[in-house]
Amino acid sequence: MKRLIDALPALLLTALLLGGWEAACRLLEVPVYFLPPPSAVAVALVENAPVLAGSALQTFWMAFQALMVATVLGGGLAIAVSLSRPAEQAVAPLAVALQVTPIVAIAPLVLIWAGLDHADRAVIALAAAVAFFPVFSGVLTGLKSADPDLERLFDLHSATPLQRLTRLRLPSALPFALEGVRVAAGLSVVGAVVAEFVSGSGATQGLAWRLLEAGNRLRTAELLAALVCLAILGLMLNAATTAIQRRVLASRA
Amino acid sequence: MTGPPLAAARPVSAQGAESCISRLDQAVVRYADRPALGPLTLAVAPGEIVALVGASGAGKSTALRLLAGLEAPAEGSVQRPAQPNATGFVFQSPTLMPWADARTNVALPLELSGVPAAEARHRADLALAAVGLGDRTTARPRQLSGGMAMRVSLARALSIRPELLLLDEPFAALDSITRRGLIEDLHRLWAERPLAMVFVTHDVEEAAYLAGRVVVLSAADGRAVADVPMPGPLPRPEGWRRDPAFRDAVEAVASGLSHAMPVAA
Repeated sequence: MKRLIDALPALLLTALLLGGWEAACRLLEVPVYFLPPPSAVAVALVENAPVLAGSALQTFWMAFQALMVATVLGGGLAIAVSLSRPAEQAVAPLAVALQVTPIVAIAPLVLIWAGLDHADRAVIALAAAVAFFPVFSGVLTGLKSADPDLERLFDLHSATPLQRLTRLRLPSALPFALEGVRVAAGLSVVGAVVAEFVSGSGATQGLAWRLLEAGNRLRTAELLAALVCLAILGLMLNAATTAIQRRVLASRA
Repeated sequence: MTGPPLAAARPVSAQGAESCISRLDQAVVRYADRPALGPLTLAVAPGEIVALVGASGAGKSTALRLLAGLEAPAEGSVQRPAQPNATGFVFQSPTLMPWADARTNVALPLELSGVPAAEARHRADLALAAVGLGDRTTARPRQLSGGMAMRVSLARALSIRPELLLLDEPFAALDSITRRGLIEDLHRLWAERPLAMVFVTHDVEEAAYLAGRVVVLSAADGRAVADVPMPGPLPRPEGWRRDPAFRDAVEAVASGLSHAMPVAA
């Protein structure tokens, strides 16, 4: 009940916007290829449900694999780098370079490497490249966030680097790592869609391909239906990662 | 059973390097070439309670970190307890690991020094019981009051059965009733197993009540400007805070401290 009340303003605003949109389309007689009313989008959603669901699943699966790759590589590299100051100074500029390079710019190269027969691998790699930085920087920041007095306590009792990592720095890093993964989860979907666009072949069959296909054929209602699926996918992913974050942090309190 | 030794029975001048558990000898610390402490000479005998008082910035905490071996002096020397892991440290805040329960927090120094996990947990439970928290071994730091968290911190420092306990204004953030209770606890634990303590505080009365000897650091450069033995037995008898001898001792430390302050223009 409480949740429903919390969600009420968002639901009301959505209903208001949809109602205004529907009314405007009908009153102003907007051409359907330009802006179809929400009712037409709903029809397109239902009619194309099997295809859209399959595509959404495909996009989700690619984004999920990318997130896993980014989490393992980003987290692992952050831990490795945290053990040595020169290593951090060496790696940090490269990580930033990867972050500021537009994914679209490296996509053709990655596509060549992956081979046109394996466009899905290129999409996963590109989405992982986008999702890498928040995990890397979150874990690295978290590893350095340990209480300085606790660090002194570990000094006082001559802790080994491994003891310090497992008993102090990794537990201290956990909240930062979770936040990094949460941000990375959203970015991995964005990355997967952008990468699929750039790869430009139907081989991947994700939501981006549905968007392209519908756009090329001026089937605007289908395009919007695919967009709705994408938004729902993003919201669900965000809700899932937020729930995991809350669950893990609550178990420590 | 022999009673705890009288503080006054330990003349300062008789402390040679051999009888000390820990000693700073003309130790100087500089941060970015600015003097932060000293030269400070301070000897701590086994089982002795020393309070370090001084204004903020007088280098009290720095002196404590030197004694703990967490910092090295730029000049002079530091003598530390011969055995490894013979020094316990209590910080200004409880500094507990928030993700771990009280037992795990207290067992940490034991486990870091190689005590098997099962034995470490058992000894942690004993240490918690000794500070009156035997029934809170599985509580998380967030579930504890400020005073309880500080007791856990104290139990953690005592779990390794140190010969030297260093306390850096540990009770400053607590209310006065909790603070007095903790000081009585410290005295009780000390009477059960005498260990040397160096207690940093800016509270003159707290220093005079707790310690057998009060060392006043100058505000300007952290030299010892007064070294005052405190009268009376440890632990303190009932009503000691009203005793004229105690009031005199407080005055003596306070006047030492006022001389240590920079002269106002």
